[in-house]
Amino acid sequence: MAAAVETTRSRAPQRIVRDAVGIGLAVGVYAVSFGVLAVAAGLSAAQACVMSMLVFTGASQFAFVGVLAGGGGALAAFGPAVVLAARNAAYGLSLAPILRGRLPQRALAAQLVIDETTAMARAQDEPAAARRAFYATGVSVWVCWNLGTLVGALLGSGLGDPRTLGLDAMFPAAFLALLAPQLRRPGAPAAAIGAVIALALVPFAPAGVPVIAALAGVVPGVLVARGVRA
Amino acid sequence: MSWTVLLALCAASYALKAVGPVLAGGRELGPQVRQVLDLVAVPLLAALILVQTLDGGHRLVADARLPALAVAALLVWRRAPFLVVVLAAAATAALLRAVA
Repeated sequence: MAAAVETTRSRAPQRIVRDAVGIGLAVGVYAVSFGVLAVAAGLSAAQACVMSMLVFTGASQFAFVGVLAGGGGALAAFGPAVVLAARNAAYGLSLAPILRGRLPQRALAAQLVIDETTAMARAQDEPAAARRAFYATGVSVWVCWNLGTLVGALLGSGLGDPRTLGLDAMFPAAFLALLAPQLRRPGAPAAAIGAVIALALVPFAPAGVPVIAALAGVVPGVLVARGVRA
Repeated sequence: MSWTVLLALCAASYALKAVGPVLAGGRELGPQVRQVLDLVAVPLLAALILVQTLDGGHRLVADARLPALAVAALLVWRRAPFLVVVLAAAATAALLRAVA
């Protein structure tokens, strides 16, 4: 990806901001459909907006309103939403070496720990660039996610299905572009084992579990890193 | 819809996110711990890419998302800029769905 070509320091911050804004805009379109679905599922516009500000993790929020829309109660919706949010705990741990600073700053940064910020931060070579990527992506996605939610909740009808525009295919592509530089040893076995575990679990496990289970891929990665033949 | 459950979800979501930055962010981490933490996001993101591409609701499906990911992989390999990769994937999926 571009990181390999544009290695000069002066170009890097611009590239990070540009990529962060791009991710934010894609997320914003999804947020409109979240706002629409949330209100249709029985949340007030205020509840939809509070959820996007404070829960701020897309997969969980879609799962929550999905259960409500399917006729389930709020308590029934709680479980799947928490399971889908659980991977953020692992992301937070992986970002701990990057997110230094005093406790209030770390406590604030924690709210921005999601798929997009983790992928962008971990794709950078240096801690300073990783921090910049984390905050640029976090702020961009937070602002777009909340504006989009507000628009969707108030309009009650969105831009139509984001899938017509192929937006659902944007996220795996973005994550692939960000993950690719990390797929050298020992990342390769970790990624391969993690992906196989997750795909094998998709037919059986509740939503969110396959991706968390992929954590097991860390074990072969560590073994390779320490030079042990697994 | 109950505000109580909604606020409980806000609290649970934040608590999960905060484990790393709040508890581990303030202390020095040994090289072995850092080696593990450096790897944590890799299998999760690899799994996320494939689950987002192939998940058809408790079964694996190959639809327009798969060729879109293939186009993205080709462009990543050819070192295309990030936004080109992302937009090309969206365009591939949108075109395939438009003609289907």
